[in-house]
Amino acid sequence: MNDLLSRFNKAFESKARLNIMSVLMVNDVMSFNDLKDLLALTDGNLATHLRALEESGYIAVEKQFVGRKPKTTYRATEAGRTAFTDHLNVLEAFIRNM
Amino acid sequence: MNESREHLQTLSDIRSMMERSSRFLSLSGLSGVSAGVIALAGAAVVYMRVGLSSYSGSYYGSVGNSVSRSAADQFFVTVAVVVLIAALLSGVFFTVRKARRQGQSVWNQTSRRLLWAMLVPLAAGGIFCLVLLLHNLIWLVFPGTLIFYGLALLSGSRYTVRDVESLGYCEVGLGLLALFFPGYNLLTWAVGFGVLHIVYGLTMYYKYERSPA
Repeated sequence: MNDLLSRFNKAFESKARLNIMSVLMVNDVMSFNDLKDLLALTDGNLATHLRALEESGYIAVEKQFVGRKPKTTYRATEAGRTAFTDHLNVLEAFIRNM
Repeated sequence: MNESREHLQTLSDIRSMMERSSRFLSLSGLSGVSAGVIALAGAAVVYMRVGLSSYSGSYYGSVGNSVSRSAADQFFVTVAVVVLIAALLSGVFFTVRKARRQGQSVWNQTSRRLLWAMLVPLAAGGIFCLVLLLHNLIWLVFPGTLIFYGLALLSGSRYTVRDVESLGYCEVGLGLLALFFPGYNLLTWAVGFGVLHIVYGLTMYYKYERSPA
């Protein structure tokens, strides 16, 4: 059991980060604003979680300008997809073992 | 045990987040019902004015007076356009209301995707049917609108509740069937846009919206 616990991915401990990854698994690209709407988080809060995921290498950030407005979009990296899938597998194994 | 429940909760959160971010789920069943009722009313108005058989394939052979024919066509097209606009407005109204109640925005990535997926078949169908009208092939407009509308629903169903797919298949099937029975055009139209919408809308309403008392 402890073995399983140690395999839980620390990056996904927070619910917000888990939600962000869930969204990016099924949507190729999401803008900052779409994510904010969907997750009902504040700008600062969302930005912090996104930065943490970016630092783990799980999501990639792209900034461009639409007219004069900056638009930031996010996508899951291959490493992020693998890590998320592993995390789900551990969750599943954990529930089966209970 | 408690921990297990927590993990199950996490899994269901993930699942709902995936659904919510990739599908537009605020589509209201009531908008289907209202669109159906409006369509039935429109069909009734046309029926009272020109009768059931007017838009059959034999129509052009049996009616000699071309003036009354084009007047009837014009009347029919006017009613159809009014029905379309009224149905769209009521549909938007109920969907916006549902989205507000769910505390979600109506204009987001999923609704944009849904509209775009439906727009291409609808625009193609609209142009196709306008050209049919230009060529005086009005009896073909009835199956044509049903088929293209059904295709638009099938295309859009990937971005909203899955039940829309069944409605799409029904509309396409009915449209194809209507091609073989041109004498019943007004009837198939009333069934396709009226009855099917009401059945679908009520199903949706009882399945997703009416909170279990």
